[in-house]
Amino acid sequence: MAKRIDVSGLNVYYGDFLAVEDVSMTIEPRAVTAFIGSSGCGKSTFLRTLNRMHEVAPNARVDGKVMLDDLDIYAPEVDPVAVRREIGMVFQQPNPFPTMSIYDNVIAGSKLNNQRMSKSNADDIVERALRDANLWDEVKDRLAKPGSGLSGGQQQRLCIARAVAVQPEVLLMDEPCSALDPISTLAIEDLIASLKENYTICIVTHNMQQAARVSDQTAFFNLAGTGQPGRLIEMGETNKIFTKPDKKETENYITGRFG
Amino acid sequence: MTTTTNKPSTGAPGDGPDIADRSLLTGSLPRYFAPALLAGVAAVVAGLLFVSGSFGLPLFAIGTVVAYTVLITLASARVENGRKAKDRLVTTVVYTCFGLAMVPLLSLLWTVLSMGIERLDGYFLSVSMSGVTPTMDAGGVYHAIVGTIAITLFASLISIPIGLMTAIYLVEYGRGRLKKAITFFVDVMTGIPSIVAGLFVVALWMMFFGPGNTNGAAGAVALSVLMIPVVVRSSEEMLQLVPTQLREASYALGVPKWLTIVKVVLPTAIAGITTGIMLAIARVIGETAPLVLTAGSSAVAINWDLFNGQMMSLPVFIYSQVRMGDAINYERAWAAALTLILIVMLLFFVARLVSRFFAPKLGR
Amino acid sequence: MTTTDSSTTPRAPKGKRRIGDVVFGNTARGSGILILAILAGVAAFLIIQSFDALSANTANFLTTTEWDANTDADEEPAFGVAALAFGTVLAAALALVIATPIAVGIALFIAYYAPRRLASLLGYIVDLLAAIPSVVYGLWGIGYLVQELTPFYQWLSDYLGWIPLFAGPISTTGRTMMSAGIVLAVMILPIITAISRDVFLQVPRGHREAALALGATRWEMIRMAVLPFGRPGVIGGAMLGLGRALGETMAVAMILSPALIISPHLLQSGNQTIAAHIALQYPEATGHGVSALIAAGLVLFAITLVVNMAARYVVARRKEFSE
Repeated sequence: MAKRIDVSGLNVYYGDFLAVEDVSMTIEPRAVTAFIGSSGCGKSTFLRTLNRMHEVAPNARVDGKVMLDDLDIYAPEVDPVAVRREIGMVFQQPNPFPTMSIYDNVIAGSKLNNQRMSKSNADDIVERALRDANLWDEVKDRLAKPGSGLSGGQQQRLCIARAVAVQPEVLLMDEPCSALDPISTLAIEDLIASLKENYTICIVTHNMQQAARVSDQTAFFNLAGTGQPGRLIEMGETNKIFTKPDKKETENYITGRFG
Repeated sequence: MTTTTNKPSTGAPGDGPDIADRSLLTGSLPRYFAPALLAGVAAVVAGLLFVSGSFGLPLFAIGTVVAYTVLITLASARVENGRKAKDRLVTTVVYTCFGLAMVPLLSLLWTVLSMGIERLDGYFLSVSMSGVTPTMDAGGVYHAIVGTIAITLFASLISIPIGLMTAIYLVEYGRGRLKKAITFFVDVMTGIPSIVAGLFVVALWMMFFGPGNTNGAAGAVALSVLMIPVVVRSSEEMLQLVPTQLREASYALGVPKWLTIVKVVLPTAIAGITTGIMLAIARVIGETAPLVLTAGSSAVAINWDLFNGQMMSLPVFIYSQVRMGDAINYERAWAAALTLILIVMLLFFVARLVSRFFAPKLGR
Repeated sequence: MTTTDSSTTPRAPKGKRRIGDVVFGNTARGSGILILAILAGVAAFLIIQSFDALSANTANFLTTTEWDANTDADEEPAFGVAALAFGTVLAAALALVIATPIAVGIALFIAYYAPRRLASLLGYIVDLLAAIPSVVYGLWGIGYLVQELTPFYQWLSDYLGWIPLFAGPISTTGRTMMSAGIVLAVMILPIITAISRDVFLQVPRGHREAALALGATRWEMIRMAVLPFGRPGVIGGAMLGLGRALGETMAVAMILSPALIISPHLLQSGNQTIAAHIALQYPEATGHGVSALIAAGLVLFAITLVVNMAARYVVARRKEFSE
């Protein structure tokens, strides 16, 4: 598992509005890549183009290439639904399905492809995914209870379990900790560190300490100006970005001089 | 590494699929396939029906939809996969539902328009049925328009103050059990069948004026029973949208509560309230059943007096003409229906315009 | 209770009671109380006026099918609502069965399939459909639709006639329960659609995106996130529609060729609803007639009351869940 993503010349539009301009980058497998930048700089929008969630919004479109290993996910013969199964996503707000139990939440994605899964097979998938998400011990006795009864941090880990249960190649996380308290955040960060052994992980975060703690690579996005599209300013080893970035803009942001 | 690095892909294949086929390249039908198939199916069905000599629009539509649904599902199942086939099937069904719902609406509007236009002219609008025998090729709806206007106005005169003041009570003053009770019973009132409202007035009038006493005022009271809860509901909703800060700002200036409501809250919500009231009027102006019972169904002459004698109205006119059942009666009914629909639509669109152009600028 | 110290909104400055405040507040409260009085009046007058006929009735009001109430003073009236209640429920149930699936389809179309511009236009059209007077629906039904439907009925009874519902010989006029049910379905379609659309649109974006991000197709997203969330709303909307169909008078009175029987044959003339019966009988009512019709109206009131309360309950419960 875990594939490399190669983005080249990507422009992202909402209708006629160019939201993100000309991004090219390589996202390494089995590593964590953090996207940082001020609000509205297009980092979340960019993240959503990586699994074709962007096009769910009306009038949204994209040009450029996003290669998942050697396949362009925007090629005409590629099915966006299949892409999203290969590239899972975790959202800002924990969003377990409120009408489903914990068990059903985890198995929901797998069921789509395999309607008549045997009970033991399903049990295996659920247990493995919950163990991967460091949640098994906390919920194994109440798998039939609704997922909405868990704490915020547990819900977010449940969502991660739900995403990894379909065994994707890549995991995208859109500010996964911004709605959580510090202890839950720590748990998620530990989880990210263990997940990167098997997955390619991209994480959008507002929290620079978090980016510094969890990521191997960091990409800094910024707006050229108000009403201008967001751009990728600089990308590199996290250490380097946080200690001696190449660009002045990056340094200003990192040191808190704006944004 | 710089941002423009574009390493050649290592091409490592993903680890073994263990749930299902993991290829991203699931076959997909080209974009033009669905419309092309639909056009093709339509042509073939039309051709078959013409050859067999039984062409009819309903048959054609049903045949096309059924054949298209089956074919697109099969094609998708074969080229794409079972899940996408199901998705396409549901998509087709949802579009069909929409189409199916448009059929009665368009049919109704078209029928009323085409049938009604034949008789709807200045003469029809300006004469009553006074002295016209049911089968005579004469007569019009002037008396019914008069009745509709008089009864609806009177009903509005009763309903709007009561409804609006109740809404003000619920939003600005109400609390505790009285508020709960009123909210609950307004809900109950919304569900009163219109014929029951008519019966209520019949019972009321029997009590006070003796049996068999019908007049326009009775009809207006019956309509009020139906109209009040609608006015309360919509006004309440609009008053609740007025931001609390606006009231606080007014209190801070030392304005008493009732003046705050009259000068600040109501003007802010007035567009929405007006829209709601107009929709409520549009709703009751077409009510028939209560008027049949209360305002009478056999008046033929112009009567502006709400408190004296029977009063015809447009909906009751349509109904009583249909009851007579001759061709000429149907002609009159269609023309009256067209008149009524035009009035309702006018109210409807004016209401929308009011809400669009006079909506408070709350920066929502 | 004075008007100046009671408020759910911020308190007005306290002080001496202003005459304006007292008058205005009490008028508002009085209006609310007047509504309670009106409703109590509706119930009270109906009960009082129906008592006359009910006490003279020689038959069991709830189980008798015939309606013999227009009696002279020396005759004994015998009437009951059994056939009428059956017809009322049958017509409304028929309308509900036809309308609900289509309404859910349209609501899904408006919420998740139609392009956005078209969706808002459709919202208007649905509202407009709801504003068309029922008497016009009735006219359209009797003056146009029934003729168009007769061949379809023939086909139904030819091929599905072995089901009692569709048993022949079909009515040649088309003035049947089926026609009434179809017209009622068209009438309640906008109500169910509007409420379903609203709840479908309230499904949190997070849940829909979660489903899509798992690799769900649009339909799977709807089944996974939208339908479970929206189900109580759809049920509530359907029940409100049912309430409307139960109380609808004109469309049925104009279309149905009535008979006071309990018959399951939808394609034959027969059956009658309470509301239509009242409208048709009232002009000819003599003796205990009017009072008996008021009793029937009371039954209708009770049925719709129960249905509407149940609908409100279901909808309110959904609100609690989603908060």
